[in-house]
Amino acid sequence: MTNSVQEIEDADCIFIIGSNTTSSHPLIATRVYRAKEKGAKVIVADPRRIHIADIADVAVQQNLGTDVALLNGMMKVILDNNWQDQTFINERTEGFEEFTKAVQGFSVEKAAELTGISTEDITAMAEIYAKSDKASILYCMGITQHTTGVDNVKALANLAMLTGNLGKESAGVNPLRGQNNVQGACDMGGLPNVFTGYQKVTDEALHDKMSKAWSSGKFPSRVGLTIPEMISGIEEGSVHGLYVLGENPVVSDPDSNHVTKALEKIDFLVVQDIFLTPTAELADVVLPGASFAEKDGTFTNTERRVMRVRKAIDPPGEAKPDWEIIQELSSKFGYAMHYESPREIMEEIAAVTPSYGGISYARLEGPGLQWPCPDQGHPGTPYLHKDKFARGKGLFHAVEFIPPAESIDDDYPLWLTTGRNFSHYHTGTMTRLSPTLVCEYSENFMEVSPEDARELDLSQGEQVSVASRRGEIGVRVQITPRLKKGTVFIPFHYVESNVNKLTNPAMDPIARIPEYKVCAVKVEKNP
Amino acid sequence: MEYTTALTTCTYCGCGCNFYLEVLDGQVIGTIPCKTSPTNEGKLCIKGWNVHEFIQSPKRLTRPLIRKNGELVEADWEEALDYTAQRLKEIAEQNGPESLGFMASAKVTNEENYIFQKFARAGVGTNNIDHCARL
Ligand code: SF4
Repeated sequence: MTNSVQEIEDADCIFIIGSNTTSSHPLIATRVYRAKEKGAKVIVADPRRIHIADIADVAVQQNLGTDVALLNGMMKVILDNNWQDQTFINERTEGFEEFTKAVQGFSVEKAAELTGISTEDITAMAEIYAKSDKASILYCMGITQHTTGVDNVKALANLAMLTGNLGKESAGVNPLRGQNNVQGACDMGGLPNVFTGYQKVTDEALHDKMSKAWSSGKFPSRVGLTIPEMISGIEEGSVHGLYVLGENPVVSDPDSNHVTKALEKIDFLVVQDIFLTPTAELADVVLPGASFAEKDGTFTNTERRVMRVRKAIDPPGEAKPDWEIIQELSSKFGYAMHYESPREIMEEIAAVTPSYGGISYARLEGPGLQWPCPDQGHPGTPYLHKDKFARGKGLFHAVEFIPPAESIDDDYPLWLTTGRNFSHYHTGTMTRLSPTLVCEYSENFMEVSPEDARELDLSQGEQVSVASRRGEIGVRVQITPRLKKGTVFIPFHYVESNVNKLTNPAMDPIARIPEYKVCAVKVEKNP
Repeated sequence: MEYTTALTTCTYCGCGCNFYLEVLDGQVIGTIPCKTSPTNEGKLCIKGWNVHEFIQSPKRLTRPLIRKNGELVEADWEEALDYTAQRLKEIAEQNGPESLGFMASAKVTNEENYIFQKFARAGVGTNNIDHCARL
C-alpha cells in the first residue's frame, strides 16, 4: 500500500476495485465503513455484487477482464471535463502527453460497450473520484490475477496521478495483500529478480556488498525462475529438485492437474510445512515446521508495517521453528549458518537492506514500524511518495485495453471467476481444520445468477459438474443475485473440488501472474 | 495451573491484526484482540478469533517423513536432514545449481524467508526462488 490502513477512514472517496474487502480483508473493510460514516463517497467495481457494494454511492459490475476499459473510460471523462489536477501533473509527473493521446483515442461509449456498465455510471464514478480532495484506491487479486494484471495496475496509477492522489494522506493506490506475510516474503527477496528490499540481482555493484555480508563468492546475476517456470522446467527436464517452504502449489496453482504431474515426476521434492498438504503427500522428504504461535519473528503487513510474532507455546512433537530447519539444512549442505535467534537474523537483514535499516527488535516493541525506515532515528513511513516518487517523477503509461486470454464460446458458454469466502483462507489447509470456521462453509459451491439457473434448470443445493478446457470438478449450486447473467463464481479453498483444475494458466507477460480471475466453463447437471 | 499470554500478529490475512494468545498449561485456549494495535484497534474477524483451533489440530506434522519404498515413513531429524542435504548437493553437482528451485512462503516469518533465499543464493548459487505472491 502507498498509504496506511488507518488513513482510509479519513478519505473523501474510496474506490474499491477487484477486492472483496469484507471477506478477504475484514479489518480494512471496517475502515471503509467508518469513512462512509464520516461522509466519504464509496465507489465499488466488481464483477459480483459484493457485500460492501451495499454502502456504495455507485456500484457497478464490470464484465470479467475489462478493468482497463473501465479505467480508461473514467479518465476520458475526467480529461473531457478538465477535472484533472494539472499542477500535480506538471510538477510531479512525466509521460502525460502520450498518455492523453491513448485515452483521447478511446470513448466512454466504447468503455460502456466493453464493460457492460452504463455511460452514466462511468461518468458518475469519474466525477466522484476526481472531485474528491483525498481519494483512495483499494484493490486486490481481482486486479492482478489477469493476463493484463500489470496494465490494470498501471491504469490505476494513471488515475491516481491524473487527479493528484499520490503522495498525500488518505489517498494513494493501495494493493491489499492477500496472505499475511506476502509483503514480507517479497521484502525479504523471496523473488527471482531481487535481494532483500527490492535490490536487483542484475545490479553487479550490489554483489560486492552481498558477498561480503554473506561470506560467499558465487551468486548469479541472472534473474531466476518464477514458480510457473519452475513447473515447466520440471517437465522439460531442466529442474530436478524443489525445496518448498510452507506452500501448497498443488492446490494453489492454475491448471493444478499439470502441477501434480510435474511434482510426481521430479527427481527430488522436499516440503516443509505444518500439515501433510496435498503437495507434501508427493514429497520425498517432509520436514515438520512450526506454526506462528510456536516461534519468534516478524511479519510485514499490507501497509508495510513490520510487527513482532512471539512464541506462545512449543511446537508439537519434534516439529521445529522453520528458521532452525533451514539453518541446519544449509549447514549440512555446506553453507554454514549459526544464528542464535530470529533477533540476530533481523540484525543482518537491517544491515543489508536499506529500507529495513532502522528496524530492530528493540524498536518493534509497541505498534511496529512501517518501511522505508532507513536508520535507527527514522520514525518509519506511513505513506509513500510524499515529496517525490522513488524514480523522481511519476510516469504515466499509455495503456490500451486487451481482452482476456480465454473467451466464452459455444462449448464453454459461461465466464468463471474465483475468490474467497469469509471464513476460509487460501488453500484451506489451516481454516478447514478449525471446527468453528468449517461450520460456516463446509463444502465447495458455485454461485450462479437466478437467470442462468433458470436457463440451465439448476436448483439450489444441487450437485453439478463444471468443466473448462483443462479439467472438471463437482460443486453444489448456490443461486444468488450477486452474480449477473453469464458469469459464475467458485471459491478456491477446497482441494476435493479444486477450482484451479479449471483456471487458465495463461500469464501476465511481465508479472507472470496467472489469469485466475477469468476463464470459460460449461455447467452440466449430473445424470 | 499456569496461565500466560503472548502478544503476536495474526497468521491469516495481510491486515496483520495483533492479539494476545491465551495459554493455559501449554495449550492455546483463546485470543484477545489488542486494543492498542493501530491496525485492528481491539477488533478481530472470525478467522482471527478462532486462530487457536487449527494450530492444535491432531493433523499437525510432528516428525520428519522420508519416502521409502513408495511410502512416507517417520524418520529422525538427523536422517531426514542428512538425506535432504545430500540429495540437493548431488543434484546441484550433476546438473548445476540452476536445476534446483526454491519456493519461499507468505506464511513464514521475515527472518525465515531471509535465510531461505540466502541459502538459495549464497549457499546453492541460484536465483530460482519465488513464492505465491502471484497466487
Ligand atoms: S483477524 Fe481477520 S482481519 Fe485480522 S489479520 Fe486475522 S484474518 Fe485478517
